Amino acid sequence: MNKPCASGRTVGGLRTLSLQAPAVTLLLLWMIVPLGMTLWFSFQRYNLLMPGVTGFAGLENYQYLVTDPALWTAMGNTLLLVGWVLAITVIGGTLLAVLFQQDFAGRGIARVLAISPFFVMPTVSALVWKNMMMHPSNGVLAWLFESVGLPAVDWFSSLPLTSIVIIVAWQWLPFALLILLTAMQSLDEDQVEAARMDGAGPVAIFFFITLPHLKRAISVVIMIEMIFLLTIFAEIFVTTSGGPGLATTNLAYLIYIRALLDFDVGTASAGGVIAIILANVVAIFLVRMVAKNLED
Amino acid sequence: MATLQLRNITKHFGDTEVIKGIDLEVNDREFVVFVGPSGCGKSTLMRMIAGLESASGGDILIDGQRISDVGPADRGLAMVFQSYALYPHMTVEGNMGFSMRLAGVPKEERRAKVLEAAKILQLEPLLDRKPKALSGGQRQRVAIGRAIVRNPSIFLFDEPLSNLDAALRVQMRIELARLHDELDATMIYVTHDQIEAMTMADKIVVLHDGAVEQVGSPMALYHHPYNRFVAGFIGSPKMNFLPVTLTGVTPDRVSIRLPGGGERSVPVDGQHLDANATLELGVRPEHLVLEEHGPLSGEIKVLERLGGQTSLYVQMGDELVTIMAGGDVAYRVHDTVRFGFSPERAHLFDAAGLALPSLQQHPLAGLTRHDNRASGEPA
Amino acid sequence: MTTSGSKMAAPHATTGRRSAQTRRAFITVLGWSIALMIFFPIFWMILTGFKTETVAIADPTLIFSPTLENYQAVQERSGYTRFALNSVAVAFGSTFLALLIAIPCAYAMAFLPTKRTKGTLLWMLSTKMLPSVGVLVPIYLIFRDVGLLDTRTGLILIYTLMNLPIVVWMLYTFFKDMPKDILEAARMDGASKLQEIFFLLLPLTLPGIASTGLLSVILSWNEAFWSLNLTTSNAAPLTAYIASFSSPEGLFWAKLSAASTMAIAPILILGWMTQKQMVRGLTFGAVK
Repeated sequence: MNKPCASGRTVGGLRTLSLQAPAVTLLLLWMIVPLGMTLWFSFQRYNLLMPGVTGFAGLENYQYLVTDPALWTAMGNTLLLVGWVLAITVIGGTLLAVLFQQDFAGRGIARVLAISPFFVMPTVSALVWKNMMMHPSNGVLAWLFESVGLPAVDWFSSLPLTSIVIIVAWQWLPFALLILLTAMQSLDEDQVEAARMDGAGPVAIFFFITLPHLKRAISVVIMIEMIFLLTIFAEIFVTTSGGPGLATTNLAYLIYIRALLDFDVGTASAGGVIAIILANVVAIFLVRMVAKNLED
Repeated sequence: MATLQLRNITKHFGDTEVIKGIDLEVNDREFVVFVGPSGCGKSTLMRMIAGLESASGGDILIDGQRISDVGPADRGLAMVFQSYALYPHMTVEGNMGFSMRLAGVPKEERRAKVLEAAKILQLEPLLDRKPKALSGGQRQRVAIGRAIVRNPSIFLFDEPLSNLDAALRVQMRIELARLHDELDATMIYVTHDQIEAMTMADKIVVLHDGAVEQVGSPMALYHHPYNRFVAGFIGSPKMNFLPVTLTGVTPDRVSIRLPGGGERSVPVDGQHLDANATLELGVRPEHLVLEEHGPLSGEIKVLERLGGQTSLYVQMGDELVTIMAGGDVAYRVHDTVRFGFSPERAHLFDAAGLALPSLQQHPLAGLTRHDNRASGEPA
Repeated sequence: MTTSGSKMAAPHATTGRRSAQTRRAFITVLGWSIALMIFFPIFWMILTGFKTETVAIADPTLIFSPTLENYQAVQERSGYTRFALNSVAVAFGSTFLALLIAIPCAYAMAFLPTKRTKGTLLWMLSTKMLPSVGVLVPIYLIFRDVGLLDTRTGLILIYTLMNLPIVVWMLYTFFKDMPKDILEAARMDGASKLQEIFFLLLPLTLPGIASTGLLSVILSWNEAFWSLNLTTSNAAPLTAYIASFSSPEGLFWAKLSAASTMAIAPILILGWMTQKQMVRGLTFGAVK
């Protein structure tokens, strides 16, 4: 049926607006007020421990932050965290999606099991891994390593960031798997069969047919993960508290330290602004992609 | 009484003018078919009549009343959608009785009316089923039943047969024609299939690019198309068009030279033509006759035998000509054939695509389907 | 013997029946191994909840005599129920509020679109991109000054705002999926706008609304930033309660496991039941 234009009858702009008003107003407030305040505070001298010190600080907070080696360690950790988790989840997720797309006995249940970690709350994940899996003497991993003659690893002491990466990747791999598996199911079987008739083996089919089909879903996964991974908090809060030293402090945790432990509102706000800018850079790409999707 | 009038109806979507000033009359109990290629505006026109779209300009009158400001439900119309648009969560009975339910009609009365309509369409055994448990043809009948229950003055059908397979389509065509007789209602029907138009309509409205090309009975359109578009659109297989040269004009004939050199005169009015006007000859495949000494000839490229008929696709220079011949012709592919035509069956089109007016009207051209009924019944 | 220039490869060994079976077996083993490996920590945690503390901390074992003492202790000693109720209140409260605000909004966007609709939708998406940590300071200060710190209301408010974009989006895609001609048929049948909504839209989009609600519940239940920073004792939901196990006294693994099992069980089950629908909300409709 060829319809040249949406026959959506616009019932007076007013009616449409009033239905959208609550949602839009609330989100507007939610965006402007705290955001504005963060911005404002970032230019103020404001430390809850030193109530007497107030006044416009200009770029002081930013200068302080930028010259603080802690910030750069935190940024580096953030990058490492995000980078590693992205790599593991996207590559792992794609391969697992291919695997779980195949027909095998009990596939449904296996899928459900593989997806589970994503629904576990972060505090539980972190503590289960820290204690029961990674504990250097009583943990399952220690027991496994010793059974094959290898020394047990004290994960959180010697490889703190890696430990966090493992925990977060474990939670988000199922997310990538879920999304990519769903996207795979829209792959036209006919295409695959045509390729097979053309002589393509499984590897060729993966690279020439599956991967291009998944391109958009993979980009969505990367972008959504990036936005959430930039602000990993609970796992660090509950296991290492950023330590040892600053080894597992990411940007989010650093801001937390400055805000709620040091009570240095000014600096924390400056850090917050940086985090917001970072997130927005990624967000622009995601928004553009979803916008393209809206066209369809 | 259920008549419809469209007066200078126009419709814009943004900057595009989709309907360009249409005037139309639909008489009481007529079966009118809007036909045309995809994108010609026929569905838009129907939706404007239904009230689902507003017209950008012009008036719509039903029984003489302007209904442009009246909502779709209050116009006394019922529509059968191309996709049937059945309510998936209601049973057949629920679907058909929905309009009454909205109007507050008590349950007993609803049931009675639904049963009445169900009987006409043989839907009684399906009343408790949900749409997903029905076949395409059954769903369509439910959609029609839903319309019947509303007892409208005018029925609107939006390409109702296009989602059915070929065999079912033929069957439903006959049923719809039967329905029109039984219900004695005004029906407006939209389709892109000219066979449906020819077989079911009292009056055909041929639409092209948002404008009306011609309005008339099926036979009128078949024998006296106004222009090249209508000539090529109506009739299957499509009319053949050949470039010809004008050799002379007299009050009762136009003489032309055919490709290949033969000369013929056609009984059409050529008084207004220039001496060097370019003309096109139109002859329907069924009117081309295989003749030993015919003026036209060519090589048979494809031959299709249907048993009762044979289609020959003949290459004449640059043109591929279609000939419909009898079932027993003895030709084979790659044979050369000669053929001709009776001048009364020929059409001439000028450079603007307009047909030169015919000087003899075909006896059936004035016939409507009403006239096809047995005598004694009201026309 | 060589047949030079033969284009078609000889039939692959993998088309043989036995190879197909081996391949199938290999995939089954691989698939299940990976699934079990991924699920293992959860499985282990559930198991540990039934061990005594001494067994829990000893060498990993699958054989032990199960006990329910941890489940009892978790409730008796630390009042698990209170935290669970907080989680329930906050998750369902914020979901209810979000749906209330989002349904009319999504309806307007799907059925009464204007030129600004697309822009508004994308803008809403962008508000979700706001990193919570970026506004930690002002929210904390505002809550402190207004008395919303450590209250369920405060959390409900924050969660409603956080989830609103996803809820609006998800509902929007479900509403858009509704075939337009069914609503037009209803209009021709004489339905008013209200009747259209009541008789058609709601019944037909109810599954979609339910999925959206469930996603919101899951996201709120598992939220672990605001719940950790804005609550202390009164309004602390399960996320915060579990976090308190990070500074432990004495043996606690079995209790942690029991508490955790109870904390994640409802969401795990919800997630299993609604995986397919989650995808739509989690990707803002980009993957359906």
